[in-house]
Amino acid sequence: MKLQTATRLGLYAILELARDPERTLSAADLAERFGVSSHHLAKVLRTLGAAGLVRGGRGASGGYRFTGNRRRTTLMDIVALFEPAPGQRAKEPGQDTDIGRALQRVLLEIDEIAEATLRSISLETMLKAK
Amino acid sequence: MATIRPAQAADLPAISALDERETGVAKPDYWRDMLASDRHFLVAETDKGAIAGFIAGEIRAFEFGQPAAGWVHAIQIDPRQRQRGIASALFEALIARFKERGVTRVRTLVDRKDHLILSFFRAQGMVAGPSLQLDMDVS
Repeated sequence: MKLQTATRLGLYAILELARDPERTLSAADLAERFGVSSHHLAKVLRTLGAAGLVRGGRGASGGYRFTGNRRRTTLMDIVALFEPAPGQRAKEPGQDTDIGRALQRVLLEIDEIAEATLRSISLETMLKAK
Repeated sequence: MATIRPAQAADLPAISALDERETGVAKPDYWRDMLASDRHFLVAETDKGAIAGFIAGEIRAFEFGQPAAGWVHAIQIDPRQRQRGIASALFEALIARFKERGVTRVRTLVDRKDHLILSFFRAQGMVAGPSLQLDMDVS
């Protein structure tokens, strides 16, 4: 499964912040930790903020902290904020042909397994893993 | 906190009733077979003597070309008793019994749309195993 950069940054950022909900980290702190631009990360944090998972972040040095529920939030909840929903994908060339339909069934099977995996792993489970 | 102990014949009506309420399917014979000596069937009993939940498993060797593994066949908790660590306690007790018998791996099969139970096993530390389950409609 290929995830967009914003999705991967969203996962990194939420896990880093959820590790210690009392701690405040700025977009610049997180960007330095992951070796990416703070501009890119600020955008990701705004998306997480709009979803109610993080709060804070006024100005470039403003800090963010985790405000979600570690046990209830799954990796899929984060992925879904950044990736298009499976049903909203652009029409594939040839999808109405026999081969196209057979190929769609295989791709759907892969998506279902990926979704089941992401939906079954909570932030709590991730942070507990050795 | 509930007490974990091996299931007995007298527990079967409560086990069947709990399972039927949750799955909508009555299978008393299946649960009776779980009392066989080669199965591991445990219940969690509340201090008032009610069955709060159960777990059933068995050790199977050399299936699908794999070394012996402890299989978890079923786990069910009374919805009124959830979020109290009873399922984790049952799971840990079953693992302890498997380990006493030299088993170093535990397996289960879960409906991939059943996110509740998938999340539970994930939280216990289980991950996708080396096998993929395949299936075919022959009706």
